[in-house]
Amino acid sequence: MENTPPSLLVVQFKNQPRRSGRFWMKSAGSCFPNCQIFQKDFAHLPYMANHLKLTSPFLLSLHSHPHPHPTTFFCFTSFFFVFVLCFVESHLYLVMGMVTEAQFHVLAVDDSLIDRTLIERLLKTSSYHVTAVDSGSKALEFLGLNSSHEDEQRNPSPASVSLDEDQHQQDVEVNLIITDYCMPGMTGYDLLRRIKGSSSFKDIPVVIMSSENIPSRISRCLEDGAEEFFLKPVQLSDVNKLRPHLMKGRSKEMQQNINKRKGMEEILIPDRTRTRYNELEVV
Amino acid sequence: MEVGQMQGRLVDYTKSLFMEGFLDGQFLQLQQLQDESNPDFVVEVVSLFFDDSEKLLNDLTMALDQKNVDFKKVDAHVHQLKGSSSSIGAQRVKNACIAFRNFCEEQNIEACLGCLQQVKQEYYLVKNKLETLFRLERQIVAAGGSIPLMEMGF
Repeated sequence: MENTPPSLLVVQFKNQPRRSGRFWMKSAGSCFPNCQIFQKDFAHLPYMANHLKLTSPFLLSLHSHPHPHPTTFFCFTSFFFVFVLCFVESHLYLVMGMVTEAQFHVLAVDDSLIDRTLIERLLKTSSYHVTAVDSGSKALEFLGLNSSHEDEQRNPSPASVSLDEDQHQQDVEVNLIITDYCMPGMTGYDLLRRIKGSSSFKDIPVVIMSSENIPSRISRCLEDGAEEFFLKPVQLSDVNKLRPHLMKGRSKEMQQNINKRKGMEEILIPDRTRTRYNELEVV
Repeated sequence: MEVGQMQGRLVDYTKSLFMEGFLDGQFLQLQQLQDESNPDFVVEVVSLFFDDSEKLLNDLTMALDQKNVDFKKVDAHVHQLKGSSSSIGAQRVKNACIAFRNFCEEQNIEACLGCLQQVKQEYYLVKNKLETLFRLERQIVAAGGSIPLMEMGF
């Protein structure tokens, strides 16, 4: 393939008026001096197709050349890919905005039907997606944790346990747990301990509710990881206090995702751009 | 009676319930949670309260009628009734339950029986009042009017 100096590259079209599209062809062509395509005469092609091809060198390279030059094809795709990535990254704030707009999912636990109805209504009024269960064991079941202590400790293959938990966590994403303290069987405090003791779920914020104002109870719950302690009956003003805990959890999650994506980009881009620059250097 | 008069009657009646201590601020919270998407929220929750309370009062009557009264069980029932009455704003029922629990702790059967009578009385009173309230609301809606929103400024 002969090398044509970029500045002298001109595409001639027989019987076609001069169009601005030629400028793009020239510029595009100048980027890929090794490209034979831009040196061809397209006069034999139909008028409309020609017009299209003027403004889309990429399509041209596919259409007019039966076997597009590998480097050309590769250059176009890499350029396109890089462009998209840059666009996405610069508009990441939009993506982040969309993520924060997605509904938070709250798991409410209370053995009283009236209180469950009330807390569900309070949470839905605040635009949260709600799942309400009537016991601590049902809550653990919903999350995918075994109800009994012993099972987790006795389990011989930790890998399979964590795999199940992880898989389940992907199916059921819970952003906050709000639970009554006084419940038959497993109390809200027991549930709190189980959640905070679980590797998969310890980062989920837990809020405790109680009809009894017992300072020692309140401080024990807060010390053992509860974010808030609400006295019943729970008010809308209490539910408004949940938002910062939910936002904190989400921004932590997003930061982890951004770090993951950055890591991926760093691996991908250098290889492709290096090849592209090599192409230009040959000139 | 035209809609405006009915609405006035409802407002006065509701105010009297608050003044006499039958209802407290929690009832207003319930009303605030009611909207077009949940137009019967208050009636629904109060109906749950009625069903729950009647069952609990029966259980309490039976529990206190036993030869050997299980005070822990009695206390558990009263705790539940206290919670549900507090959640809907039935103040006098809640207060009667608080007194009841104190006597449960003392394991004083006579006093507990007295408290049970008190709780029953308060329950039937507030039930009657709330049913009247809902009837007044239904009349207004049937006549094409809207339920006036209550404010805490009284």
